[in-house]
Amino acid sequence: MSIAGAGAEGGAVLRQARSRGGRIGAGQSAVLLMLALVLAAAASLAWGARPVGWQDILAALNGQGETLEQAVVQMRIPRTLLALLAGAGLGLAGAVMQGVTRNPLADPGILGVNAGAAMAVVIGVAWFDMQSRSGFLWTGIGGAMGAACFVYAVGSLGRGGASPLKLALAGAATSVALASLTVAIILPRGDIADGIQSWQIGGVGGATHDAILPMLPFLAAGSLLSLWSAPRLNLLALGDDAAAALGERVVLARLVAALGAVILCGAATAICGPIGFVGLVVPHACRLLAGVDHRVLLPLSALGGAILLLLSDVAGRLLARPSELEAGVVTAFVGAPVFIAIVRRKRIRAL
Amino acid sequence: MIHSSVSSLQTGIAPPDALVVQRRFRSLRQARRRGLLSVTWLIAGLVLGGIALTLTVGQSVTAPLDVLRVLWGAEVPGVTFAVRELRLPRAIVGALAGASFGLAGAAFQVLLRNPLASPDIIGISAGASAAAVGGIVFLGLGGVWISVFAVVAALAVAAAIYLLAWRDGVAGGRLILVGIGVAAMLNSFVAYALSQAPSWSLQEALRWQSGTLNGATLVPGLPLAVALLVFGGVLLVQSRALAALQMGDDTAAAIGVAVPRTRLLVVLSAVAVIAVATAVCGPISFVAFLARPIASRLTRAGGPLLVLSALVGALLVVLADFTGQILLPARYPVGIVTGVLGAPYLLYLIVLMHRKGAA
Repeated sequence: MSIAGAGAEGGAVLRQARSRGGRIGAGQSAVLLMLALVLAAAASLAWGARPVGWQDILAALNGQGETLEQAVVQMRIPRTLLALLAGAGLGLAGAVMQGVTRNPLADPGILGVNAGAAMAVVIGVAWFDMQSRSGFLWTGIGGAMGAACFVYAVGSLGRGGASPLKLALAGAATSVALASLTVAIILPRGDIADGIQSWQIGGVGGATHDAILPMLPFLAAGSLLSLWSAPRLNLLALGDDAAAALGERVVLARLVAALGAVILCGAATAICGPIGFVGLVVPHACRLLAGVDHRVLLPLSALGGAILLLLSDVAGRLLARPSELEAGVVTAFVGAPVFIAIVRRKRIRAL
Repeated sequence: MIHSSVSSLQTGIAPPDALVVQRRFRSLRQARRRGLLSVTWLIAGLVLGGIALTLTVGQSVTAPLDVLRVLWGAEVPGVTFAVRELRLPRAIVGALAGASFGLAGAAFQVLLRNPLASPDIIGISAGASAAAVGGIVFLGLGGVWISVFAVVAALAVAAAIYLLAWRDGVAGGRLILVGIGVAAMLNSFVAYALSQAPSWSLQEALRWQSGTLNGATLVPGLPLAVALLVFGGVLLVQSRALAALQMGDDTAAAIGVAVPRTRLLVVLSAVAVIAVATAVCGPISFVAFLARPIASRLTRAGGPLLVLSALVGALLVVLADFTGQILLPARYPVGIVTGVLGAPYLLYLIVLMHRKGAA
């Protein structure tokens, strides 16, 4: 949608937004998703290559690790935590990105942000001998930021502005280029080549408490920025002109919101590797549940992202028993059909 | 299309001095045809030159005379193995695969009237690649069966993309977006299948993700040549009908082109060509996408430019492989080189998409 036309359509959008409340209310959705989250977390602790009884889970959560079953559950605690946190971050980042770009196809994977984070981390490892997790996080976020800016800039050049098609294509092209460069950096380095596999499919398999801890401040900062932006995203949804007329500093609001989203998905990618489509699917589902108000949508998307990544991880464990399917593969197979379904809608509706 | 200005002028003008205009256009067209012909010969010469370069320069430089003698069948100590077993298969498979990608890409771009609708962007290459790697890892296929399986799967993927994009007709933007979604899914399947392979190596993984000529032998080159000959031949026969389709379905039908039949033939042949090439050396990034735009920049002629696109594709692959193997400090597979080269052009096209912005 062109910026010029957006102002005139602002009133219509506002009316539409009111009428586009979800099927069920915000409160009920929150309760429902909370419940689903608890169930998903429990499933993640209980199910896997070796099924475990409830007593063992409770015992392991209390810190006991005597039996094999309890030890298994204790192994599953960090990956459950990581899936929960990374999923929440990705879901929230997706919702914010869709709000900032007013583009229903915005997603860290589609927009090439994950590829940027992956390449930055690989450069850090290959050229600067980076070892620490916080180094991974900083470079990952830096790379995510660079890629996000680049893709958005390329996608919004030209008269049409940042249309869904252009953004998706720019993201796809950038992803291919970045992936090629990443491989080009790694190929001469036999010593780090094995590590690249985790940069091709993301997953939460190898999680440890040590890996999760440094991620927390970044997730907290990203979430704060994102949630602070929620009411501003509502104004942006009216169109830039209308938002400016209502006293919003449009550029600032966009920048802060985008920064939050980039920190979230950069951090998640730095620890888990690229996991696509969580940020695409979840906000759409939550919009169906509770409507388009970002103050409700953003927290719900965080919940939904956590649920989706937890369930994807569990499904990956169960489907490929006794080996595992990385969570990133499962989310791609869940997410791509949703992407196609969105594309198939008669006109892609600007958000 | 970018270069349809001549044809649209021809159909749109009915002035009193039509004869003069007609004559002027005819001479213009002949000049362009001559230009196209000379450019085609030039590129063909460059492809041969590239192959000769690949044959002479490897890890060591071989005297051109020795290369010729080896090709003639003589045994030259220290040269025969490198030229006959390493460089010759690599050059031939590279040229054939490049021609396949260029040809199929051009056919798709002309048929769908969109330079972005090339098989590597809309997921068809990814389908062939996923089938090939899945067939090897999970089904234990080998030899020609990989190609057969890849062709069948790529056709299925093409049909799926077309059906998914169908909604009162197929709009270009929707087709491309659906293709991007399908490609994302298939790429993640390829990554998963590779992680399940008994012996995972980065080089082998790269074959199915971005394409390489490493380990090329003349044995898989044979189905490649046959496919290019048979299906490429079908495409060339359809070239005239494709040129008519460039002006729109209705115009083509009015001229007497059987539009649905042409479409079906072109899609089937193009998918087959690209799937066989992908089964041999992986989905070499962006060659299908780049070949025709380069071809149409080189010559001002309109039309499908199938032959020229195939030659440009072959040249791209041979030169990019030479660059990756010899010119760069480390040895890179050809797909990495073309990937880095092609992405900026795609981004440039996106920047140019002024009016077609809305999907």
